[in-house]
Amino acid sequence: MKKLLAALSLATLLAAPYIANATPQQDLEEFQNFYKERFPNTPFEDFVNGVYSIDAASREQWEDIEEFAPYELNISNGESLFNTPFANGKTYASCFENGGIGIRQNYPYFDTDRGEVITLELSINECREANGEKPLKWKRGPIADISAYMASTSTGNVFDIKIPDDPRALAAYERGKKHFYQKRGQLNMACADCHKFYSGNMVRADLLSPALGHLTHFPVYRSKWGGLGTTHRRYGGCNAQVRAKSFPAQGEEYRALEYFHTYMSNGLAVNGPGARK
Amino acid sequence: MASIKIRAKAKDGVTTVKALISHPMETGLRKNSKTGEKIPAHHVTEVTAEHNGKQVMNANWSGGISKNPYLSFKFKGAAAGDTIKISWVDNMGKGDSAEAQVK
Amino acid sequence: MNLLRRKLVKTAVFVGTTASLVGTGVLLPQRVLGAYATAAFEAKDVDGAISGSLGSGSVTASDSVKLKAPDIAENGAVVPVTVSSSMANVTAISIIAKSNASPLTSTYTLSAECEPFVSTRIKMAKTADVIAVIKADGKLYSATKEVKVTIGGCGG
Repeated sequence: MKKLLAALSLATLLAAPYIANATPQQDLEEFQNFYKERFPNTPFEDFVNGVYSIDAASREQWEDIEEFAPYELNISNGESLFNTPFANGKTYASCFENGGIGIRQNYPYFDTDRGEVITLELSINECREANGEKPLKWKRGPIADISAYMASTSTGNVFDIKIPDDPRALAAYERGKKHFYQKRGQLNMACADCHKFYSGNMVRADLLSPALGHLTHFPVYRSKWGGLGTTHRRYGGCNAQVRAKSFPAQGEEYRALEYFHTYMSNGLAVNGPGARK
Repeated sequence: MASIKIRAKAKDGVTTVKALISHPMETGLRKNSKTGEKIPAHHVTEVTAEHNGKQVMNANWSGGISKNPYLSFKFKGAAAGDTIKISWVDNMGKGDSAEAQVK
Repeated sequence: MNLLRRKLVKTAVFVGTTASLVGTGVLLPQRVLGAYATAAFEAKDVDGAISGSLGSGSVTASDSVKLKAPDIAENGAVVPVTVSSSMANVTAISIIAKSNASPLTSTYTLSAECEPFVSTRIKMAKTADVIAVIKADGKLYSATKEVKVTIGGCGG
């Protein structure tokens, strides 16, 4: 009986993130404390650097690349695209608060009028469509460059994603949280398996990055891609890597995931675009 | 889109030049995953650096240099305000150049 | 050929430097224009890569050649490599990745103003020796380092 009770309470502890009545604020504390305990030598602000904050050897290579990171070309291109007027004479600046400068940390947010999660890339394309332009592809190319430029103007700004007192906002948050903790795919793994419970461990020759800080450094130039990609490009890849079906970029599922995922990095600063392997 | 970004900084008489070039750097060995056909070699073959119009460094590259390649070298005799010019050509006859001021 | 004449006429200093260097065989006229070291890049062996890019001559391993490269490459497509030296009169540097299809990744011709230093990022298909060879006062010196290239897990 004692063993059963012990096992049950252990199960409850492990299932703590799954308890429906935990508030987002409680989730946030549990989440961030988990990483602080798992990586006691990493200063909180340093989690924005992913594996480079927890592994010296890969950090050295990353610092070599950061000497003049490939995404610098993307930022330049993004800046030029951002400042090029549409056919109707208006520019992206007209669609964004503060002309689009220094606002990366405000995304994603829950729009209570529309009842949905709005991401930065979504806003970029909505800006284009509102001004008679065709939308850009979601995962790479010009949209990533523009997003990179906008992120670069926001470096150092701290994330403070809000979950308004609206059942739809909470539902989106919970949907994202569910995705993060749900096992999926042929490999039957959850985001949390690699990026929370086994973060810092090796998967063959890859070091698993902590999810805390993930969204601060997007869009991301991956050596593997030989190019820049957006958050939803990476989400699609991650799902595919556990042999699960990916969801459409900028669809409800990934926007909900991005909402939860970014909220969990509240308190950390924007440091996008980033360079990763 | 400008294909070259240059940073040149002079310190204690030595100027460090860093250049980043936008280029696919295809080796010619990769296959298109959908068609199975080899993607033709398309990489920068030469990079030339000039200081105030005089060549200081010349690099010959193979496809073995990474995509969106990086190059850094150092030289003496430049001062802040001098001009550095980086030029590249690739195996398909394309090329570009850019200039930057030494800081 | 018009290009050659135009370039030579452009700066007297340049011509002077070139002329004096041509004699030593370090800077050949075609290198001024930038003739590609095709043979060196086509060589499948390290010796061919070295002699094709820096000329023949024995290569001496030397502590005066510093080769910085990671022990384990984070990603074989982007391996940062930096070569430097404390030697004087370094006129050229070659970077070789032994197991690449074309071992010679790159070769650099340095003018007298240059410091013996070059940094770039190379591709490596598999674990191999990276060899930096420098030409100083006409002689060849090298440094070698094994760089491991691994197969990624889920993310690689």
